[in-house]
This record gives sequence, structure tokens and C-alpha cells, in this order.
Amino acid sequence: MKADEKVTVEEKLGLVRFKHGKESHLSVIAEDVCVRCEGKWCTTICPAHVYEWSPEQNKVIVNWENCLETGACITGCPYANIQFQYPKGGKGVEFRYG
Amino acid sequence: MAEEKFDACVVGAGPAGIAAALTLARGGADVIVLERGSAPGTKNVMGGILYRKMLQDLVPDFWKEAPIERPIAEEQAWLTSGENVVKLGFRSEAFAKEPYNSFSVLRARFDPWFAQQAEKAGAMLINETTVLDVIKEDGQVVGVRTDRKEGDVYADVVIAGDGAISWLSKKAGLQPDRPFPAEHLVVGCKEVIELPREVIEQRFNLKDNAGMSIELFGDVLRGNAGYAFLYTNKESLSLGLGVMLNDLMRTKQKPYELLDVLKAHPAVAPLIKDGEVREYAAKMIPEGGYPALPHLYGPGILVAGDAAMMTNAAHREGSNLAMEAGKLAGRAVLEAKARRDFSAASLARYEKLLEQSFVLKDLRRYRKLPHFIARSGEMLTVYPAMANMLAERFLTVSGMPKGEEQLAMLKETLRMRPLPRLIGDTWRALRAML
Repeated sequence: MKADEKVTVEEKLGLVRFKHGKESHLSVIAEDVCVRCEGKWCTTICPAHVYEWSPEQNKVIVNWENCLETGACITGCPYANIQFQYPKGGKGVEFRYG
Repeated sequence: MAEEKFDACVVGAGPAGIAAALTLARGGADVIVLERGSAPGTKNVMGGILYRKMLQDLVPDFWKEAPIERPIAEEQAWLTSGENVVKLGFRSEAFAKEPYNSFSVLRARFDPWFAQQAEKAGAMLINETTVLDVIKEDGQVVGVRTDRKEGDVYADVVIAGDGAISWLSKKAGLQPDRPFPAEHLVVGCKEVIELPREVIEQRFNLKDNAGMSIELFGDVLRGNAGYAFLYTNKESLSLGLGVMLNDLMRTKQKPYELLDVLKAHPAVAPLIKDGEVREYAAKMIPEGGYPALPHLYGPGILVAGDAAMMTNAAHREGSNLAMEAGKLAGRAVLEAKARRDFSAASLARYEKLLEQSFVLKDLRRYRKLPHFIARSGEMLTVYPAMANMLAERFLTVSGMPKGEEQLAMLKETLRMRPLPRLIGDTWRALRAML
């Protein structure tokens, strides 16, 4: 990927090495809270675009495989509606440069 | 996991944890380090500039063997406004020579080396181990529960160096068990962009592996408080930004889109041209400062580094504070070990040592700064814009007599920021740092 290419964050995340376990370390606690949430901040503050609002499904989709483990979502959800744990030892993002 | 009981269990193989483990191991203590990544550094991100002094105290002449990128010989600050930039800079030949002042580093390369120093001194490093909770007996922390099978680890003291979220210090009751407020956090993201060594040296006017750091302020951050950075590594550039989480929530801009704005800026684009993006990374930086510090010690537990909000945004410091705090945590535990007393009263020595060091002195001195920064997003746009306006008018030969031009510059300045606000801003900025 060239530095001056216009790419999506998903394409950027394609450069990151991950070792995924089977289970998500993230989840939305109560989906109806997201429906009423006026800001849906999780969909904009997360630097890995893990959270995505789906109007069709009327809920937040959690792309946990993209998670860079910053923890921004924990603070960014004003309803404390996101459950975030660190992935199991040795799993998750694996930076090669950092 | 291990039947024996350790003198100390360090959680997190970052700058704080490793500095503590190294100090403890050298002092003859049995120390175990638990790291959740497959190796130290795999979870760790910074801009990143590492200052020499604190690491040199731990590992003399480390630059001769440590995987650092470039010693920083030139530092620039760019004030951006639209497509314009006012550039300020300092270049030092002394910074380019031993013992140097600071270095660019890539943490996934640097951290394994640093951890190795602790291992060589006798510390035991266990990777791929996520710590879930502290183990308490009668209120005293006596170990940690990990996600490994039979994964309880017992130790006289636990040192939490588990980074910006620090669940461990929350579970141990050193800080409230709730998310940090958004105005205490910075969200950062960056790209590592590979370029040939000679291209970097030519573009940045560098030689003999000396490096440059550039911090960018103003418009390029689109009204979010924070700054962007461009650091030269050996054969790559680290380009990124950090902005206040409360501003990101207010402006609803996405961190990676701000990064794209930065990359497209006409002063930045030529520097990264033809580069190959190797990695995209992100990190949260705790910048609540002194008022947001957790309790630094409790019965059987200490906390250091990001986990203890030890960063100094005004001076781009963090990893050095972590190393110093880790070292002092190690020293305090060695003293407690000699006394055979791991109560809170005994471990309070750690805070004493921190108070005597620059760590708490600086954090206290800058105690008003985080509050100031969290509310100064607008100022961080207005003043760079003003600097650019003044520079542009000063340098433009328009045929207008200089006297009239200067009057117009003054008028425009006061239009951008009326006098009472100019005075108020100056006063608050000075108070935040003095």
C-alpha cells in the first residue's frame, strides 16, 4: 500500500497482524440501548472502526477481529454498554513495528 | 502456574514493568513478569520518542546495543493553517553525538530488547498470559489470577504496569472501577511508512543516521485538541496524531480520517511520497495528569507508567516517566523486602521516592495543563492560524506602505482574537505550565 493511496481503514487494518481466538473479547451489552443512543460515538471514535451501525439490522455490528485493543470504546460509550476484556494471552493484535 | 512464591510479580512487559523487574532482579529479588502478548512489544505503541536519560540510568550506553532507530538531532514544530505552515525548529550537533538526547524507536523492536535486559539480570518473563484479577487475602494483595490453567501466581508484591486501561489497579481498588473520563484520554493512531534510508536523509536533510522529529499543530487536526507527529526512523517514518477523546466525541471525526487529512497536507505529502505503508497502529494515552493520578500503592501492590497516568503531554514524555517510576517501584519493593513488610505503610516509600524525583514534581507542576488542553481545542487552531496570517502578510510585498500593512496585521490579529481573550489565553496558558 503506497503512502499516498486513498484507502479505507479496513484496508489499513489488512496490514496489521492478528492472532485470533475463537471468541470475541468485545460485546454490546444491551442492543436496545444502541437504538436509543443519539450519538453512536463508538462508530466514530474507535481508531479501528470496530463498531458499525447497521440500519437494516437496527443494531451495532461488532467487528472484533479489527480490534487494536486501545480501550477507547469503554470511555466512548456514554452508556457503559460495551463489554471489553483483553483477549486471551497470546491472542489479538500483534504489532510488528508498534 | 508456579508453585513457588515470588518476591514480586510484574504485570506488563512495557517500560514501567521492565524497569521495575530489572531493578528487582539486580537487587537479588525473585521476580516474574507476566505479558499478555506473544512477546514484549507486540501490544505496545508509541509515536515514538524515547528520552535517553532515564534508560541510561538503568542500562549505561544502551544506544550501542539497543534497537533504537535514530538519535533525534533536529526538532521542529509546525503551526498549520489551511495549506500554510509556520515552521519553528532547533537543530543541535550535540544531540547528534553521544550520549544523545532522545531517539526515535519502534516499540515492537525496542521492548523485546529491554525485556531481555531484565531476563539477563535474572527476571522470569512469561508471555501469552493475560492477568484477570488480583488475589487478596485479608485485604492484602498476594498475587494475581491469570487466564492460564492453574494460573494463580503468588508474590509479596504485585506491580501493575498494565497500560492505559489498567484493569488491575482498578480491581485492586487503587482507582475507581469505572471508565476514565474522555477529557483524561488521548486517542492516537499512526502509520509506519517505509522509505529507503537515503531518501529519508535527503528529504529531511539528515546524515550519519541522525533523525528529525516534527510535531504539527493547528488546522491539520480539524479543531481537535492534540498534535500530529512525523518522526524519522532508520528506514521508515512514523506519521500519526493524538487527539483528546472528548474532542473526538464532540467533532465526531474519525481518527483514521484525521490521519488521511494529515497525509494529504501539502507540507507532509512530499515527505511520505512513494513510501510503502507497513503498519497501522493505535493507542490510548492517559493524560489526566496530577489530579487524575490513582493511589500509587496499596497493601501488596504498586502501580506505574501509563497505568498510573504518568505522562507529560507538554513535553511529549511518557515512556521515560514509566521507566523512572518502574525503577523507583523496584527500589521501594527491595526496601520492603529487607523489612519483610509489604503493607501499604511500608510500600508508601514508593510515593516518597516518586515525590523526590522529577516524576511527581513535574506532574504536580503541570497539574492544570490537562484541564487546559482538554478545553483549548479552539485555541490550538486560532493561534497557529494567527501565526500564519502574520507570516504571510509580513512576507508578502503588496505595494501597501509598511505602516498601513502593520496596522492591518494588528487589526486582523484582534479580529481573530479580541484583546481581552488574548490576555486571558496567555494568562491561562502560563498558569497551566508555571
